[in-house]
Amino acid sequence: MVTDEGRTAVDGSTRDGAEVKLSVRDLSISYGDKTVLSGVSFDVEEHEIFGIIGPANSGKTSFLRALNRMDDFIPEMQVEGEVLFNGMEVRRWRNVYALRRRIGVVFPLPVGLPLSIYDNVALSPQLSGIKDKTVLDETVERCLRRAALWDEVKDRLDSLGSLLSGGQQQRLTIARALSQEPELLLLDEFSIAVDPVTTMRIEDVLKELKQEMTIILVTNLVQQARRLADRTAFFLSGELVEVAATEDLFTGQVQDARSRDYVEGRFG
Amino acid sequence: MFETTDLNQRNRQVESRVKTLFLLMTLLLILPVLVILTMLVIKGGPMLSIDFLFTEPTQGMTAGGILPALVGTVWLVVVALLASVPFGVAAALYLSEYAADNWLTRIINLAIINLAGVPSIVHALFGVGAFVLFFRFGTSILAASLTLAVMTLPVVIVSTREALQAVPHAFREACWNMGATRWQTIRRVVLPNSISGILTGVILEVSRTAGETAPIMFTGAAFYLPFLPQSVYDQTMAMSLHLFVISTQVPDVPEGLPYGVALVLIGMVLSMNALSIAFRTYLRGKKKW
Repeated sequence: MVTDEGRTAVDGSTRDGAEVKLSVRDLSISYGDKTVLSGVSFDVEEHEIFGIIGPANSGKTSFLRALNRMDDFIPEMQVEGEVLFNGMEVRRWRNVYALRRRIGVVFPLPVGLPLSIYDNVALSPQLSGIKDKTVLDETVERCLRRAALWDEVKDRLDSLGSLLSGGQQQRLTIARALSQEPELLLLDEFSIAVDPVTTMRIEDVLKELKQEMTIILVTNLVQQARRLADRTAFFLSGELVEVAATEDLFTGQVQDARSRDYVEGRFG
Repeated sequence: MFETTDLNQRNRQVESRVKTLFLLMTLLLILPVLVILTMLVIKGGPMLSIDFLFTEPTQGMTAGGILPALVGTVWLVVVALLASVPFGVAAALYLSEYAADNWLTRIINLAIINLAGVPSIVHALFGVGAFVLFFRFGTSILAASLTLAVMTLPVVIVSTREALQAVPHAFREACWNMGATRWQTIRRVVLPNSISGILTGVILEVSRTAGETAPIMFTGAAFYLPFLPQSVYDQTMAMSLHLFVISTQVPDVPEGLPYGVALVLIGMVLSMNALSIAFRTYLRGKKKW
């Protein structure tokens, strides 16, 4: 799984011996004749938090969409290049639904489905055929505890998930993503609608979750990337400027001056 | 600096005149409804009785009740619904949840719009050709109801599609992202949250179907048939046609009788509409997002 062309420089390269979970090769994404991402290549290791930072319109969200083939639902979205998940090109997965179940996604704005809190979390196991009530109960409690929401909702699991507050809904969304028992968790600016205290609690959870899964964290808060990410990629106007060990990026040991300017807030 | 200029003054006058004009025009809209209802209640009200509703017409339809027409209308509406709702909802689900935006979809949409614009008498003749003659259903409830179903199909499709579209797209995306198929998404999230809108559309369709006359005239509604239908292959009387017949075709009908029939018919339609509004208000109270 190691090819030379997509490898980034010494600091950003994968650690020796670490398994590559996700490998992106020369990935380009366009909508009609508008290119939003061009020729991006890098690897994401198993059990790392991989941060992606960059200003608006730099192709971060489109990148996430390509990973679990959500482009299938967007007729005008064109994806070229390769995305290898567990070493297999995602478009060659015969069962796209199984692929998506292994990749959890959390959106910028919380989406509490108009189902009970319980069903919000139990839905994914149910869709994959689990009917055993004890298993479902156990999954719901575990995922809600993980997402730091259990204590607030344990007495009203029957009430509607879509009527929770914004911050609670976002934790519900995270619990729902965890209920898929994903191997890869995609977080797209998850903290945009969450208060700082809750954000910190979720960040602590993410550090633990890293033991069990690989996490890609897209964030506009560069300090959040610094707190959480092992390595960080900097996207700018649809291009990958560089991938670096997060500490290097924030201590100025960068290959490209634009990266330093961006993390120091001196951009433009 | 802040004193009123002539222009300000004039603008304000124009504003209040325009507002009054629009208000008057709106009130004019309500007037016919009020007049119709008042006339019906004054002239038809005395006709109403349990006997009127539950006996058959007698003496060449100049006396007696309206039972066969009432029962016939219920038959026609129910059979029409059984035919149009499954097709209409399935088509709306396809168009809203599955169809890509391509030429086929655009042609289908165009066809639906045009189907809605076809005059009801043309539907009636189509019904004669297709259901009465070609499928050999004869003049029967089945043929008449299918004609009504074809006519109301666009209404069901459009109202169902609107109800489906009212469910936020983010819910669908969230489901797809967790590996749900389109059908799983529809069944678990989209349908449960649009069913109220769909049912509202269906109820409104009922009220429209009940009042239609032209499509059933040649396809299954009888001039005078003092028996209740036994199956969908029988002909039947219907409220709307009965009203037409006793108003124009039968001599020596007492003046109150047509008003009584019209009052019952409009009562059926309005109570359906009221039910639909009450239902929608009730469900809106339970809005889930």
